[in-house]
Amino acid sequence: MAARTATAPGAPTTRLGKAALEVDDRLIVAGPLRRTLNKVFPDHWSFLLGEIALYSFMILLLSGTYLTFFYQASMTEVTYDGSYDPLRGVDMSIAYASTLDLSFDVRGGLFMRQLHHWAALMFVAAIVVHLLRIFFTGAFRRPRETNWLIGVVILILALLEGFSGYSLPDDLLSGTGLRIMSAIILAIPVVGTWVHWAVFGGDYIGELIIGRLYIAHVLLIPAILLALIAVHLLILVKQKHTQFPGPGRTEHNVVGNRLFPTFAGKATGLLFVVFGACAALGGLVQINPVWLWGPYNPAQVSAASQPDWYIMWLDGSSRLFPAWDLNLPGDYTIPALFWPTAVLPGIIFTLLLFYPMIERKLTGDTASHHLLQRPRDVPVRTALGMMSIAFYVVLLISGGNDVVAEKFDISLNAMTWAGRIGMVLLPPIVYVLTYRICLGLQQHDREVLEHGIETGVIRRLPHGEFIEVHQPIGPVDEHGHGQLAYGGAPVPKKMNQVGAARRAVRGFFSPVEEPTAVELEQRAEGRGLSAGEADRELTSSGRPAEGGRPSDGGRPQDPRD
Amino acid sequence: MSTTNPQPDAGTPVDRARARRRSKHRRRLANVAGLMASLILTGSLYSVLAPAQAADDATSESAAEAAGRELYDRSCISCHGENLEGVPNRGPSLIGVGAASVYFQVHTGRMPLVRQEADAPDKPAVFSDEEIDQLMAYVQANGGGPTLPSGDLREGDLALGGELFRLNCSSCHNFVGSGGALSSGKAAPSLEDSTDLEIYTAMLSGPENMPVFGDNQLTPEEKRSIILYVQTIQDMADPGGAGVGRIGPVSEGLVIWIVGMGALLFGIFWMGSKA
Repeated sequence: MAARTATAPGAPTTRLGKAALEVDDRLIVAGPLRRTLNKVFPDHWSFLLGEIALYSFMILLLSGTYLTFFYQASMTEVTYDGSYDPLRGVDMSIAYASTLDLSFDVRGGLFMRQLHHWAALMFVAAIVVHLLRIFFTGAFRRPRETNWLIGVVILILALLEGFSGYSLPDDLLSGTGLRIMSAIILAIPVVGTWVHWAVFGGDYIGELIIGRLYIAHVLLIPAILLALIAVHLLILVKQKHTQFPGPGRTEHNVVGNRLFPTFAGKATGLLFVVFGACAALGGLVQINPVWLWGPYNPAQVSAASQPDWYIMWLDGSSRLFPAWDLNLPGDYTIPALFWPTAVLPGIIFTLLLFYPMIERKLTGDTASHHLLQRPRDVPVRTALGMMSIAFYVVLLISGGNDVVAEKFDISLNAMTWAGRIGMVLLPPIVYVLTYRICLGLQQHDREVLEHGIETGVIRRLPHGEFIEVHQPIGPVDEHGHGQLAYGGAPVPKKMNQVGAARRAVRGFFSPVEEPTAVELEQRAEGRGLSAGEADRELTSSGRPAEGGRPSDGGRPQDPRD
Repeated sequence: MSTTNPQPDAGTPVDRARARRRSKHRRRLANVAGLMASLILTGSLYSVLAPAQAADDATSESAAEAAGRELYDRSCISCHGENLEGVPNRGPSLIGVGAASVYFQVHTGRMPLVRQEADAPDKPAVFSDEEIDQLMAYVQANGGGPTLPSGDLREGDLALGGELFRLNCSSCHNFVGSGGALSSGKAAPSLEDSTDLEIYTAMLSGPENMPVFGDNQLTPEEKRSIILYVQTIQDMADPGGAGVGRIGPVSEGLVIWIVGMGALLFGIFWMGSKA
């Protein structure tokens, strides 16, 4: 073995290289590692959204571990004797007392608590934004339905994980939340009482639940989440990342950067950005000041008690739903609470979970897709998505409607009715508007492809007519109409986007490749704006003379990988 | 009887009715006479005793009360009536509300009311402290009721105050006294800028939707504990950084979406544009 490696042409000569070779001889990792590091990831800002969720989860694991060193999930009653004066001498559970100690008497404890809570809010927010990106670009289509399912399950588990963590300090706010949860469970017909006994071990919330929530929060749900995230990523790598249509991008290739070094560098950068943002929030903005809420006491309740934002929409739905108790014969009642807090999320998560299958059924599109769709190109789906967002936002705002009423001096009854009417009226309005906007954007893309980009150059023809000169994007027919067909990629709509200025000037959202290439090309040519101006000739059809730079702008590039 | 039976067959029912009417007149006359007699008796007795009493009255309506009466007649009478008895659909009776209520309502600018609406909003006080004292003297002298407390209003037990606050006050005023919405445009105000005396008099008098916390519900010591807690919490810095209104998940949700998610989205746009 040693003899063979010594004679091989690429044999390592350094001590480190030899050590690496020893490892590879035993574990055989070099090949697979090389393949993995060479993996290509397409480049688009929206592909980083899921990574924000991943990094938030890492923060949660790290900060949460620190918190477990000091938090005690016990409901045994003690008299507080810590640093926080306004509660000294008050009877409370050890869970609450240890949270106070964590906040006031443990080094770095308050920062870690706040970091953990902000990262939790960020985790769910990033999952939601990531889900919206996947939805609106059609990335869930065959063959990626499995990953969509896993993603939605991760979202649901994240909500449960968040709720269980929010309840652990046993403060007055989260205790109120647990009481509502107990009421929701009791409202489920037939099985409600049994489930309640199974969860709480009694008629009331009691003393078991904090211990149970704790083990669910620190072990059970995180373990499942971790496993699902791992599978989610493995499937992503196996199926390869989707990409937006563009020059050189087909259903059969992936254009982008290799995992190492470019993508890894970027991902590491983003990791630090996410850590930095969460740490800044944790250090600068107070979150869940449980010492102000006080220990949980069933006799007490506060105005403006809300759950964290990701549960707030269900609080909103129960605030909006009328008090329609269903009194069935035989002394049997289905409380009104059952519909907005159990049936509604059941329907919504079922629809969300099975959306890829529903769309496949309705459109009959069973083909495999690796190229993403621009939201405007699928107006029905985009409008459905926007409609759902409108519905969700109405419920979300209604979850805090007493705070809105108080801060903006609006009647709470008016807020409730605005929510009820808005919940019904707003979604269809948003649907129609989104649909029209999508069609309008589609039409504009086609128009630019046919007639070219507006240059802003007004030309006076010999007979006195003024026309605006248009710059065609590709070859034109004898009438001066563009022959390029729409390919699902963004159509440049300003001259600067195709390199008419000295440097390509890009908008914040415009795609990455073309302008960079134009810029490089310009640098290589070493031509300034004036030089470019000199040899640019515009005709009435807008066709530039040969060699004019603008026509180069949209030229398809060779695939990089 | 005559209406149910249209035929006046016998004269007797009519006669009987007439007789009854006559006797009613007689009874009424007797009543009036009796009332007049007792009034005259009272009046004459009063006139016998009056000189001493009247002299007392003149001295007991102090200058402050007289000035208060003048202010009352100018600014309050249209809704609270000539004799503090209140006017239906305009303003409640002020009999028994005492100086405490006058202090709270006038000192926080809630009274005089600008217009009838769901809530009397607090605004800069219309009357000076001296005028408020005069109004208090007038209402106290003519209606009676709880008076202003004296001594240190924060002399109490901080932790007990917190427990009592969460038990009695937080369901409307929120955990930290930042206020809360009630039904139909009413609201429990924020306690942020309230003075000790305002909180105390509010508990004593129960303005608008607030219940009265008389001294048999919350002893003066307990009231002072609550005030100590409220003011301690208000003055306390937020150890965790910016307090974002101390209202919990609503403002925290806004922060995570606008600041947190906003910053990260900007970050990834920026990373995207650097590719």
